[in-house]
Amino acid sequence: MEPSLPFYILATLSVFSALMVVLSRKPVHSVLYLIFCFFTIGCHYLLLNAQFLFAVHIIVYTGAIMVLFLFSIMFINMNKESEPHKNTLIKIAAGVLAGLLFLVLLEATKGAETLGPPSPNESYSTVANLGKVLYGQYLLPFEIISIMLLSAMVGAVMLGKKSVD
Amino acid sequence: MNNILHVVPLSYYVALSSLLFTIGVMGVLFRRNAIIIFMCIELMLNAVNLLLTAFSAQHGDASGQVMVFFIMAVAAAEVAVGLAILVMIYNNIRTVDINELNKLKW
Repeated sequence: MEPSLPFYILATLSVFSALMVVLSRKPVHSVLYLIFCFFTIGCHYLLLNAQFLFAVHIIVYTGAIMVLFLFSIMFINMNKESEPHKNTLIKIAAGVLAGLLFLVLLEATKGAETLGPPSPNESYSTVANLGKVLYGQYLLPFEIISIMLLSAMVGAVMLGKKSVD
Repeated sequence: MNNILHVVPLSYYVALSSLLFTIGVMGVLFRRNAIIIFMCIELMLNAVNLLLTAFSAQHGDASGQVMVFFIMAVAAAEVAVGLAILVMIYNNIRTVDINELNKLKW
């Protein structure tokens, strides 16, 4: 088997499901395609030898964030094609703009192939080493993130509860 | 376990991330449902995460993965607050169509 085959399969699946997120009419279908897209991106993390990130990605994105999306869609009860079609001019303009952006990004990131072969160091992505980096070099951002999560939680609860008049 | 970058060039991952990011931008540009726009923003964040992981594997440096970890935490906070705001908007004006949400436009 070609050793690069998993990359091509996963890349095709992620691009296809990302397109379906944008193009499908019903919001619930978009959410389900987005879950699939996140799963394929998680498999890319596995291919890139980042097992810890794979676990965190599956738990946080597919486990928490997408469930939140599903909950709010069912709460709002939008599972109908309520969205009237924009006129085709705007769609074509959006497609052309996105295509141009893709070309600009490709052109701007040219030269990645001159970086040479990947580093032979394979022990950097073990959970032990990641923990050392996270709790050593990045200790202050880590603590700030915890405060940010706490304030986001308080904010979400404050926004979500019924206002007392 | 060897990572895939020994058989797939890094520029392929750059191209894949650019493509995913572009699809997210396209969704933000032409969808009207605010929740779908949120999902497209998540898609863009994930494209960047994938690129950071690829470069982390290229350089054998764990900092990129730590940065992905932080981005995930920020994305979780953003989604929680954003969806709470959207639900409150829906409770007040019974729609999440961004063409109706134009009170701050002019």
